[in-house]
Amino acid sequence: MPTHTFETKHLQAGYDRKIILDDVNVRIPSNKISIIIGANGCGKSTLLKTMARLIKPESGDVLLDGKSIHKMAPKQLAKILGLLPQSPIVPEGITVADLVGRGRFPHQSVMKGWSKKDYEAVAEALEMMNITEFADRAIDELSGGQRQRVWIAMALAQQTDILFLDEPTTYLDITYQVEILDLLTDLNQKYGTTIVMVLHDINLSARYADYLFTVKNGKLIAEGAPKDIVTAALIKETFALDCQVIQDPVSNTPLIVPIGRHHI
Amino acid sequence: MINETMNAIIKARKSRQRRYIFVTVLLAVITIALACAMMMLGNTIYPVRDVVRVLFGETVPGASFAINEIRLPRTVAGLFAGFAFGAGGYIFQTMLRNPLANPNVIGITTGSSAAAVFCIIILHTSSTVVSLAAVIGGLVTVAIIYGLSKGSSFSIGRLILIGIGIQAMLNAFISYLMLIGKTSDLPTALRWLSGSLNGAELEMTFPLIVAVIIATPILIYFAKHLEMLELGEQAATSLGVNTNQTRAILMICAVIVIALATATTGPIAFVAFLAGPIAQRLVGVGFSNIVPAGLIGIILVLGGDLIGQFAFETRYPVGVITGIIGAPYLIYLLIRINRKGDI
Repeated sequence: MPTHTFETKHLQAGYDRKIILDDVNVRIPSNKISIIIGANGCGKSTLLKTMARLIKPESGDVLLDGKSIHKMAPKQLAKILGLLPQSPIVPEGITVADLVGRGRFPHQSVMKGWSKKDYEAVAEALEMMNITEFADRAIDELSGGQRQRVWIAMALAQQTDILFLDEPTTYLDITYQVEILDLLTDLNQKYGTTIVMVLHDINLSARYADYLFTVKNGKLIAEGAPKDIVTAALIKETFALDCQVIQDPVSNTPLIVPIGRHHI
Repeated sequence: MINETMNAIIKARKSRQRRYIFVTVLLAVITIALACAMMMLGNTIYPVRDVVRVLFGETVPGASFAINEIRLPRTVAGLFAGFAFGAGGYIFQTMLRNPLANPNVIGITTGSSAAAVFCIIILHTSSTVVSLAAVIGGLVTVAIIYGLSKGSSFSIGRLILIGIGIQAMLNAFISYLMLIGKTSDLPTALRWLSGSLNGAELEMTFPLIVAVIIATPILIYFAKHLEMLELGEQAATSLGVNTNQTRAILMICAVIVIALATATTGPIAFVAFLAGPIAQRLVGVGFSNIVPAGLIGIILVLGGDLIGQFAFETRYPVGVITGIIGAPYLIYLLIRINRKGDI
């Protein structure tokens, strides 16, 4: 499995001249699952988007194998680095197989049709996400959980070594949240894909991440394996929430139990 | 297992491809049939044999004048303007992911008309300058609409509403020009207000022909990029599309052909608006429908012109006919959007 170094150097970025990220230096562990957590508006999504070149940094740089991603040809980069946005748009009436096939764009030459490799990649992605039975259906007819699997299949068909996902489980029932995270873990184990995602659920993050990044006010405040860094003090600092940290009886990872003002 | 899946995907895709080819060929055949009808029909009906003889340079008494001077320019203008409106409208609708976002509704054709009428009535320039002004007018209108709708974050709904507002302003400006204009300039200026193939001349169509021939391959080359843009800004970027550059190229090509088509025939109502959705219905999604949309554009223009010429006692210009077809569809779309609750 191919390994890559992926890091940010003194990254400053934001929207409309408002700086949201301030001097962020991260190094993404290759072939692992990394999860970025933090309170709403802390800049975690901005960090992900800046690393995936959706936002141009004000200063600093994002380096893939030592090269600035902003200096690489877009299609070349898209063969190594993929991103599933939080709310991609479904073209009206498009079938599942055709949508998944759009993930092949960086591998195709402009005027040619689909090659055998394209069909193979799409079929493989559909099978991995368990959506072969929907291949010919219009996306509009699918449920939220099924749709999300279609989008991940599209990102899979892109066959990148690094895959970013912006809150892939938001709006999904707990069943589908676990299912999506399981499928992403399968992907990581089968192909060694480096996965970086933003998640809201701290406990699922602590369970599924090999490596956690916590962000507050546009700064990185902690990073490391969940069992090494998740403490009541860190949660208090990151989310301004009191909690107890116990051991997850299922996965033996840290499990936070929040403490509010009532029911104590 | 994987082979089974693959074969199923290949089969489904091939069948959609067959449909695409079948529909495109069918549309091309209808286009040719309509073009023949345009050449044959008129005050006198000439058989195909005479039409062909005239086109190959023979002199056929009576037929030569009618065909060379009237019917051929009319047909050629209809063919290229129809294609330009259809394909250009489709590009806008697909790129902005909304059937309302097309040159007719958001005022790009009106921008071209306003610039042209200004040149005719106030500056009294030559027809070449008028055509050029139409192109610049279209581009400037797009730039203004785009710039105003950018705000803190780009929104297509805002772009459409701003476009409708700009169009109202431009229409007021045109009305003002028509009021202060000299009576002798008005017939020329009127051409810019409603689409018509009357009085089409081959020389006047020439810039449009060149633009369509150059722009069409560019648009087809970028068809796949356009498909990616449909998925939204972020998804397209992460698939390796340079979104700003692609959008600029597609938009400039589309605006140029539409502005030159407007310069040739006037803004033929609703063709740019109707062609894309009709093509989408017939061909299905998943393929780029630039060529089918262009062919539908031709069919609307030539078909509308034939209806306008021969179906009623009074002769109506093509724009009146397409307007009658297009307006109900616009109302239907607005009602549907109202139900869905977003633009």
